[in-house]
Parts: sequence; structure tokens; C-alpha cells
Amino acid sequence: MTALKRKFVKGNEAVAMAAIEAGVQCYFGYPITPQSDIPEYLSRELPKTGGTFIQVESEIGAINMVLGASACGVRAMTSSSGPGISLKQEGISYMAGSELPGVIVDIMRSGPGLGGIDASQADYHQATKGGGHGGYRIIVLAPNSGQEMYDLTMLAFDLSDQYRMPAMVLADSVLGQMKESIVPNPRPKVDLPAKDWAVRGTGGGQQNVVKSLYLGDGEMEKFHWKMHARYQELADKESRWETFATDDAELIVTAFGCTSRIARTAIEMARAEGIKVGLMRPITLFPFPKKAYADLSSRCKKWLTIELSTGQMVDDVRLAVARDAEVEFYGRPPGAGSLPTPEELFTQIKKFC
Amino acid sequence: MRYDLFFAGYGGQGVLLAGNLLSYAAIREGKNVSFFPAYGVEKRGGAAMCTVVFADGETGSPVVGEPSVSVILNQLSFDKYAAKVKQGGICLVNSSLVERAGVALEGRELLAVPMNQIAIELGDVRMVNMVACGAYAAATGALALESLQKALKDALPERNHRLIPANIKAIEAGAAAVFSARKA
Repeated sequence: MTALKRKFVKGNEAVAMAAIEAGVQCYFGYPITPQSDIPEYLSRELPKTGGTFIQVESEIGAINMVLGASACGVRAMTSSSGPGISLKQEGISYMAGSELPGVIVDIMRSGPGLGGIDASQADYHQATKGGGHGGYRIIVLAPNSGQEMYDLTMLAFDLSDQYRMPAMVLADSVLGQMKESIVPNPRPKVDLPAKDWAVRGTGGGQQNVVKSLYLGDGEMEKFHWKMHARYQELADKESRWETFATDDAELIVTAFGCTSRIARTAIEMARAEGIKVGLMRPITLFPFPKKAYADLSSRCKKWLTIELSTGQMVDDVRLAVARDAEVEFYGRPPGAGSLPTPEELFTQIKKFC
Repeated sequence: MRYDLFFAGYGGQGVLLAGNLLSYAAIREGKNVSFFPAYGVEKRGGAAMCTVVFADGETGSPVVGEPSVSVILNQLSFDKYAAKVKQGGICLVNSSLVERAGVALEGRELLAVPMNQIAIELGDVRMVNMVACGAYAAATGALALESLQKALKDALPERNHRLIPANIKAIEAGAAAVFSARKA
């Protein structure tokens, strides 16, 4: 790629650019640090493409407008951070129950409550375990660069449409605020199923009903088993991850998002001293790439999970690795001044080697 | 090759613009770049910092614990961050505002450049960040001065493009100050 084709943009802007390239027709949201660059960019650029931007009165309003737009068959999205994402959980549950696609971008900040505006990964459980009621899951993608903020946002729209369920891009304030050089790739051509379930208004033709209410005998149970099968299909077909220097590794570090970037530099420092350590980075957090963890841990038995929390993904790692693998944990709960440095993670790596 | 630098001052000194300029210059040289800013909620007067990493390959961690080079524009940042520069690295200090600039940092090169004074002599103290960028390029050789000059067009909004010639002078003056500081 030539230098000219690259753009130097914030991660948040990369998300917004990708949404437009992916053909988003509606954005509904409410500002909150550290993601406000997304609505700012889209308020300026989306109307130019014929799309609709609305700053809604609240996050709850925004997610319900995404639900409504999606029910009509259009590509719709919202974005927020911790406090706003919590408010949206009801709407996300209704979307999941109505089998509606839609993209939710969560640029994580610290919590609970208002917390702070520093990077956090403490919303992992909320995102991956179904943050609202009713036992559903959503697709969760975890970028670790400006380029992936762009590419995975586009992927989120396609996966969401393909599997008829909400998809979340789960990033953090480092990824949102950091500027990197990215290549704004064109939207990939994907064969997606027709939205023949969408409500299209009056005018005859097929009558569609979009709802999450199932009162008939056995209806609800049937829905749950259907979704369960869909989640399994997702795991089989859409699990994504990246490894670095794992072939001869005697210790594998596993981390997602910005932490994986810091870890990678720490691993390069360790490799320079002859320490055999590698990196396993999940890109899909739901579906969690369980099989890849199982395969890698059939050979490498020492694992170190690193997160910006007191430990959430580590639960999934422990369930996914081989039974005789040891999983250690190093965490820095989010907040001002708690971002680990590569030097600090290098020290942790040495401790476990 | 992977280069990392840490830039610190107070809000209003143009630390973030300087980081952007260095980033665009690195992009012009075909590098991958990560620019990670951190600043207070104040518009002016709070702390302003950024980390820039550029490399032919992956930039890796946007967070740097022990930078190879630190460019420090004010006293508070000097007291807090100067000692973090890694062994064999360079600490480039705005000696107009940092009193202890003369103090040696063991195992690191301390380069004292009176950046405010140079900017004032060129007509505007606000060009202190440009002086610092020129000084960085000269001190490290990591970026060509020409790339910095060309990158001004990318980093400045169009309404400020008329100021490019003055900024080029500030970049050159910063570089010249490093050359003479090293000779002394």
C-alpha cells in the first residue's frame, strides 16, 4: 500500500468511517467520553451519504431506535461506553429476543458507576455473557489496532446480518483515542441472506411480525434451542484469533484488545533474552475460540492471562485449555495510572517462566 | 527498526500537535505509526503528554514505560518523567523553562535546548513545539527534517497553512540548536 492511501485517524474515527463504508443507514446515540468522536464524525458525514443521524434523548432511546430501524430491515448502529451500555441492555435483550441484527460499539471506560474515563476491560462479562436478561448471547469482536477498529466494525455488520443477532465491537479508551495509520479497505462482498423477515409497512404482500414474546406451549423453549444451535454454529464457523511466536513457546500469554498490544512488546523483549514465550489473542470474544485454546494447550502447559480487570476472560481461558494446563493471571483493574507498561508485563512473564 | 518517544509539557504548549506532526512525518517515510495522547480535562495549563511509536513493521505497544527519547517542555514533566528515559536514551529538555536541565542523568544523554527563547526570537513563543520537533529530528536522526516540513501540511488545518514558512524556520532552528549543543 502506498503511504498516500493510508489515513491517520483515531480508533473512534476508524469505527465511524467503517460504518459508513459498510452502508450503515441509521446511527442513534448519545455522547459519552471516550467514544464521542464516533457520533461527532457520523453527525457530519452520515447525512452526506443519505443516512440518518439522530442524537437521541438517552441511551435507552437510542438502542430502541436501533431496534425499530433494524426491524424495518435497515443497517443501524449505536455506540457508547460503560454507563450508556448498561442502559442499553434492555434494548439489546429485546433485539436478541426478536432475532434482530444491529451493531453496538462499546468503548470501555472504568466503572462501576461513573468510574472514570481511563481504559478498562472490566465489561468483558457484561458483553460476552449476555448483559441483559433472558439467557442470550451477542457476537463480540475485540479489535487491537486502528486497522481492526475499521475492519472489525465492517465485519460486525455482516456477521450481525448473517446470524440475525446483535454484534458488539468491544474496544477501550486507548483504542478509541489512539491515532494510527490505517488503510480504509473497501467493504468486502459477502453473500448475505435477504431480510425477508423485516416489516415493510402496508401495501400488501407478506405480513411479518417482529417480536420477542412467545406464550405458546413449548414456543419459548424451542426458541432457546434454536439460538443455542446458532451460537454453536457461530463457534464452529466464526471463531477468530491470532497467535504470535507460539510454535516453540513454553509459556503462552493471552490477552485481548489494547492489553494484547502491550503484551506483544513485552513478549518481544522476552524473546530478545531467549525466553520462549508466545501470544494468543482472541479476536472474537463471543464466540470464544475455545478449540484454538484447547489445541495450543495440548502442547504448551503454562499460560498467563493479562487483563485490565481483576480477572474475567481468565474464566473462559481456564474452561477452554487442556485440563493439565496451568493458567496464571495478572491484572490491573482500570483507572487513572493503572495502564501496565511492556516493562511491567515483561517482569510478570519472567516470574512465570 | 522501531522508534518510540515520549513528549510532555503543559496544555497550550502544543504537545499533541507536535506528536501529530512527528506521526505524519513518519507516515510520509512509509512507517506504521501509533500516537497515544493523554491530557487533563483543562483546555490550558493541565498536563499534556503523548507517546509516538513508529516502525517499519508492527508498532506493538502504544504504551511505553521507559522511552528511548523523551522531549520535555516544562519543569513538572521533567521532575516526573526525565528519569524514566531508558539507559542509552536521550532526554531532550526545554531549558528555557526547566531549571535542572543542567543536571546529568546517568547513562542518558541530556540535551538542553532553550526552546521558548528560540521561539520568541523567531517571533512567537507558540512555536516552541516546532522547535522541539526539529530538535528531536536532529538529536535522533529518526526522521528527516524534510519529512517534518512536508508533514506540516498534513498536521495543520488548512486555515493555518499560511504559517508553514514560519514553522519551517522554527523546526530548522531547533535542529541547529541541537547541533551546537552537541558541539559544546
